[in-house]
Amino acid sequence: MLSSLAGVLFDGFAYGMLLFLLSVGLSVTLGMMNFVNLAHCSFAMVGAYATFSLVGRHGWPFLATLPMAFIAAAVISVILERTLYRRLYRASDLDQCLFTIGIVFISIAVYAWFYTTEQQSVQVPDWLKGAQHVGAMSFANYRIFLVVIGLAITAALVLLVERTRFGAQVRAAVDNQRMARGLGIDVDRAFMFTFALGGGLAGLGGALSIQMVGLDPTFALAYLVYVLIVVAVGGLGSIGGSFAAAVVLGISDMAGKYYFPWLGAFLIYLVMVALLMWRPQGLFGKR
Amino acid sequence: MENARFRPLEYVFWACTLLPFLVTPSYLSLASQVAVTALFALSLDLILGYAGIVSLGHAAFFGMGAYTAGLIAKHYWTEPLSGLLVAAVSAGVLGYLLSHIVVRFRHLALIMLTMGFGLLLAEAANSASALTGGADGLQGFHVPGVLGFKFDMFGRAAYAYALAVLFLCFLVARRIIHSPFGLALRGIRENATRMPAIGAPTLAHLRKAYTIAAVIAGIAGAVLTHTTSTVSLETLSFGRSADVLVILILGGAGRLYGGIIGAIIYMVARDQFSGVNPQYWYFWIGLLLVAVVMFLPNGILGGLRALRKKPQ
Repeated sequence: MLSSLAGVLFDGFAYGMLLFLLSVGLSVTLGMMNFVNLAHCSFAMVGAYATFSLVGRHGWPFLATLPMAFIAAAVISVILERTLYRRLYRASDLDQCLFTIGIVFISIAVYAWFYTTEQQSVQVPDWLKGAQHVGAMSFANYRIFLVVIGLAITAALVLLVERTRFGAQVRAAVDNQRMARGLGIDVDRAFMFTFALGGGLAGLGGALSIQMVGLDPTFALAYLVYVLIVVAVGGLGSIGGSFAAAVVLGISDMAGKYYFPWLGAFLIYLVMVALLMWRPQGLFGKR
Repeated sequence: MENARFRPLEYVFWACTLLPFLVTPSYLSLASQVAVTALFALSLDLILGYAGIVSLGHAAFFGMGAYTAGLIAKHYWTEPLSGLLVAAVSAGVLGYLLSHIVVRFRHLALIMLTMGFGLLLAEAANSASALTGGADGLQGFHVPGVLGFKFDMFGRAAYAYALAVLFLCFLVARRIIHSPFGLALRGIRENATRMPAIGAPTLAHLRKAYTIAAVIAGIAGAVLTHTTSTVSLETLSFGRSADVLVILILGGAGRLYGGIIGAIIYMVARDQFSGVNPQYWYFWIGLLLVAVVMFLPNGILGGLRALRKKPQ
């Protein structure tokens, strides 16, 4: 019982790290520009398919493809931001939702065209397979790897946002965009970099998730609900909030699947609805 | 206030809805699907187009009506009109209960909450497979016909039934939006903080609108059940909520006919395109969405109206 509890906690935490990578970018960009980007998971899919092609078709080692997944997703997200998204910053929530859902549909069809709708997988190095055994408990190597990467990226993000000039600009823009502009901060430029960073992290998350959840073109829609839950529960523009929400969601999802399999995703949705009714602005949101 | 009388073009439009009987009798089952979808879109229009409540979980009420009608037909009686009434009431009760929560929220929290309730209901229906049949759907009943007309393979009675229900609900919706209550809803949509200042009970109005929309969505679901004699989990799915939103925006929200025009275009296009290649249908619908938001912010009907006004 105890060892299964530890196992569920650990697996849930690793899953939470994945959700954090997928959603942190959306949380910050939503907080800055109030732009509801439902296509965020499409960027994750760009990264995931970049890794899949490089490993499967060009024989790159798995680890070397991760930076490429980041770059591919970041580049695509900047191109979209510069050409299309920026026209809609002043549009209504609904228009933004519809527009980005349109992008999601297009991305699903395009990836289905190039990669078929089959479930794909990647070959990971041998040292990422298998598990470590501590007493009666076992921890899958790949999940340990996920936790390490997740924690390292969280630490780097916190340093970036708390300690650098760029981070200060981002924080100022999230808190009060007009005031930040008034102080001479180039919010558009800061936003572009944040958008690229968020898209890139989503791409990295997508690449890392192939091993855990598989990959097919509906990825962009299937994980959207989870990402939105993390963002809405964690609160807009809050890295700490996203982290906490992702971990809570990851653990409760794993626990739900392990202890109450007949409930399906019911538990998650119930937790989300209850949390939102209690705090509509999210757990850590200020507005 | 605009003139509430029927305009000549509206008579022409409703006369045209009879055309499938004569011109395309082989497409009558598609025509009744279109009528059901149009009714569903009309109900979303009441809350989204007129009251400004964005919902990504409207299928909850559609599915509620569909399952209620299905359960009645399976376990009690197969007379559709009374089944329709019970389905409408059950969806209305659900809508009334949820309205107390939903109208208090705005923006992202509202979208997430409506979506959350929709997903909750879909999961509940999936889990309660003893009652609903789970992923297999509710089967094993047959609704023979309505008012003595048999639902046969040609689908004449089915389309007549769906069309009649659509037309009656349309008249009711039309009456509502031309009433002072409808005007108050538009006031709330335009500025929710100023309406209380002129003494309008904003939340009560929104609750009422949400409940009415739930009733109409439930009726649409029940008609689908009666004309197809089966209920699937898809009636509650997120996909259906998203589709109806797309349909309404495509046609033009807040103009009553928007949902109907959107449903005709969307359903006919899907019927044609997905015959060729089902998975790429998404590409076209995505492109359509992007184009509508960028170039036709008020939908097809809004675009037509702008074209007509330009010469002056």
